[in-house]
Amino acid sequence: MSEYITHDRTGKSVGIVEKKYYTFAHPPDEMPLDSGNRLGPITLAYETFGKLNADRSNALLVLHALTGDSHVAGYYTETDERPGWWDNMVGPGKGIDTDRYFVICSNVLGGCMGSTGPSSIDPEIGSPYGLRFPVVTLGDMVRAQKKLLDHLGIQRLLCVIGGSMGGMQVLQWCIQYPDMVKSAIALAATMRHSALAIAFNETARQAIIADPNWNKGNYYGGKKPDVGLAVARMIGHITYLSDEAMRQKFGRRLQDKTDFSFSFDADFQVESYLHYQGAKFVERFDANSFLYITKAADYFDLTRQNGVGPAVNDLSATRARFLIVSFTSDWLYPTYQSREMVTTMKKNGLDVSFCEVDAQWGHDAFLLPSDRLSGLIAGFIESATHDQ
Amino acid sequence: MTNDSKNIRFDLAIIASWIEPGSRVLGLGCGDGELLHYLKKHRRTRETGIEIVESRVAACIEKGLSVIQGDINEEIGDYADNTFDYVILSQTLQQVYSPRELILNMLRIGRRSIVSFPNFGHWPVRMQLLLRGRAPITPQLPYQWYDTPNIRVLSIRDFREFAARVGFRIIREAAINTDRRQDKTGNYVAFLPNLRATYGIFLIGR
Repeated sequence: MSEYITHDRTGKSVGIVEKKYYTFAHPPDEMPLDSGNRLGPITLAYETFGKLNADRSNALLVLHALTGDSHVAGYYTETDERPGWWDNMVGPGKGIDTDRYFVICSNVLGGCMGSTGPSSIDPEIGSPYGLRFPVVTLGDMVRAQKKLLDHLGIQRLLCVIGGSMGGMQVLQWCIQYPDMVKSAIALAATMRHSALAIAFNETARQAIIADPNWNKGNYYGGKKPDVGLAVARMIGHITYLSDEAMRQKFGRRLQDKTDFSFSFDADFQVESYLHYQGAKFVERFDANSFLYITKAADYFDLTRQNGVGPAVNDLSATRARFLIVSFTSDWLYPTYQSREMVTTMKKNGLDVSFCEVDAQWGHDAFLLPSDRLSGLIAGFIESATHDQ
Repeated sequence: MTNDSKNIRFDLAIIASWIEPGSRVLGLGCGDGELLHYLKKHRRTRETGIEIVESRVAACIEKGLSVIQGDINEEIGDYADNTFDYVILSQTLQQVYSPRELILNMLRIGRRSIVSFPNFGHWPVRMQLLLRGRAPITPQLPYQWYDTPNIRVLSIRDFREFAARVGFRIIREAAINTDRRQDKTGNYVAFLPNLRATYGIFLIGR
């Protein structure tokens, strides 16, 4: 997602922020997981923006997407070139106004941006977990986030908000801790992955697994499966764009040449773009984390009646107001999936708003600067402050 | 009606005056949310709106209203019986493809419904057809025949007969005459309403 990050148009910023860490679930009090396993100790990397008010009623939890992190907005140092991944939305006077709200975001359990994941040291053996790391679910990620909120002394969230897999965590929050959530915003999200979405994820995972350097997940300290992870990222990027976005952005234009090379070099701009995105991604992301997180997203199913997934009727326990937003050109989680969500909420008697934003940039539209989206989010959160 | 009612359209002020405070209200084709916002503020209603145009949906949500973008004919089917105290169809009936089905659905999900529409029996409408032989164009129905969203036209008398035929009750009705420009002001029409009123407003129930 980071390729969109640029300095904000308004020039406003939350300024310098600090990544913090909270460690909990020390043995023998490990955190139970949906799979039946237990995990501990667990560290979550998190950042906060804005100030918590005296009655602790202005806390807002942002949930990041597949490859995001806790760095929502602002800069770590004065010399940082790029701000956090949602700097256009989170900041003073922005859609999520840090002058008014206290914003929290943590890296997901299983991630590689400071939270405990497969690349973390397994304290039992003193080396990285690799595939010994237990398979985690979105429910487990949310359970860990709840521990962080307990630590921060926050009992009720004015709003939980996220896009894509972050939006799925929003839904999970609303069923897992219904009393804690006053309002909820799910952007470009779904109640469950379609076969198409699972197919793309599995193809991406197989690219990693087929890389000889992957070595059954045991590559820490040696050569990493960079080729596999780069291909996985390339597949991801195709799903985040759209036919229209690709036509406009690349068309059939050639990269730095006037004719075909009649070889397997990257002739087309779209090829060059995907190569670049793949190469950039391997610098910051762990291949095993990619496997674990995509699997967690594939397992998520709000409508599942038994097993680890919660029943859709559990939504009726929530008292949150919902805002669901989809984007016209999103073919990864198309509008019909958001509409299914809205229908389910209506049938459960929930207070839900829904808007399909006209956007050409595909699934990633939720990350891009948009006055429409900022206005929707600002208005919705504002109205939630007036609710009982 | 309170002083604030001067700030909204005359027909909407009448609808608002019929709604009991604290009710659950569904606004079908709610536009930019003028009525729902007024009701939320002055009648403390719990509101939901359905509107198909993205920019209007966004305007509603920015005001803090709960609104779903979608087609009223499809969206209405998801609600359980008696979900709302009032279901409002304000100046939209003339654009509905299956009015009978829609009104029956409104009566199913709401304890009461309110329907308003431009009165095609209004005398300038009749005069235009009679004297000029042209499809009427009025401040209430301002479109040429080839670009109108109004796929059907009806009079106050037509609606009363429709109620008898379909079998729902008319609990209350108002025939009103509004000013030509903004419809902010107006008056009730008691004498010859089907000839003299620009709008008909009906409170109906099962």
